[in-house]
Amino acid sequence: MSDLDLSKINNMQYDVLREIGNIGAGNATTALSQMINAKVSMNVPKVELLEFKEISNVVGGEERIVVGILFTLGGDIEGMMMFMMDKAASMHLVNILLGKIEYSESDEQSEFSEMGLSALNEIGNIISGAYLSSLSTLTNLTITSSIPYMAIDMAGAILSVPAIEFGKIGDKALLIETEFGDKDNYVNGYFILIPTPDSYKAILKSLGL
Amino acid sequence: MNNLIKVGMADANVCKPPDVITTLGLGSCVGIVLYDPSVKIAGLVHIMLPDSTKILNNSNKYKFADTGIDMLIEEMSRLGASKRKLVAKIAGGAQMFAFNNNLEMMRIGDRNVEATKEKLKKLGIPILAEDTGENYGRTIEFDPETGLMTVKSFGRDLKIL
Repeated sequence: MSDLDLSKINNMQYDVLREIGNIGAGNATTALSQMINAKVSMNVPKVELLEFKEISNVVGGEERIVVGILFTLGGDIEGMMMFMMDKAASMHLVNILLGKIEYSESDEQSEFSEMGLSALNEIGNIISGAYLSSLSTLTNLTITSSIPYMAIDMAGAILSVPAIEFGKIGDKALLIETEFGDKDNYVNGYFILIPTPDSYKAILKSLGL
Repeated sequence: MNNLIKVGMADANVCKPPDVITTLGLGSCVGIVLYDPSVKIAGLVHIMLPDSTKILNNSNKYKFADTGIDMLIEEMSRLGASKRKLVAKIAGGAQMFAFNNNLEMMRIGDRNVEATKEKLKKLGIPILAEDTGENYGRTIEFDPETGLMTVKSFGRDLKIL
């Protein structure tokens, strides 16, 4: 059993995690921008260490409907990573990607078609791939990822999956929030990286911390 | 005026009429409602993991099925509930992502439900109703006045158990 305690993380390690978030999200935004062939900008990500009962508040409440795309990680780092955005935002992205208004973003009941789901998986793939490749470059570690697994459900339910993994090592979860979009529509996306305790140490060690 | 008492992840609370108690967006976690119908006292704990003895960092007792249920019973007793009159209703334990490999990590919902049932059996607390497993999230709300639990899910009919 590892002695890692996320609540005892020091400032320097915190900064490094934010920097990883920053670079990862930057890469992801570039990839997204190329995919939809439009300028996409992003804000400096917020990195937060949160208690379990607080996580859902950050993403707009437990019952907000979101799209979660989850990957399991292998290679030098084991664990999982998740990309999450709200349903309206994801419909907006799919509309742009497919070049037509496939979905009404304001309609709670509107559902993704097969085509839409497939586009969404691809968005998840690109964003996460860009994120992981920056992490891999920065740490000089080999990181492989599984195919994307997607779920559309209440934020609380989706977040329970990474929260439980964090629950095995402590009482808090690490959340990286990135806001990105074009000038009219900002889309909030959340990255959650959950290395196993040993892999977490491997990341910090590879960075000389 | 009746209040809605909210219970977060790895948290618990107790409740008496006219208040109702709820936990929102249960995924692989399990929501366990304990109820003493004779005094209409209810308690709800939102557990994340099956077994506190398997985890080193176990300072939050509400995180686990075994210690969470024990703690909840203690709190309910303090309020006047009788341990031997308790009944249970449980929900949650879904598998949110359809993984094609059967990794231990991915079966956490099932294991949470199993551990909950085992613990309740050991304590002799009967489970009157459950809505567990599957692959979707649930919001539950329990009314100690009626003893009924409603289960809300995205894109599904409301269930009353």
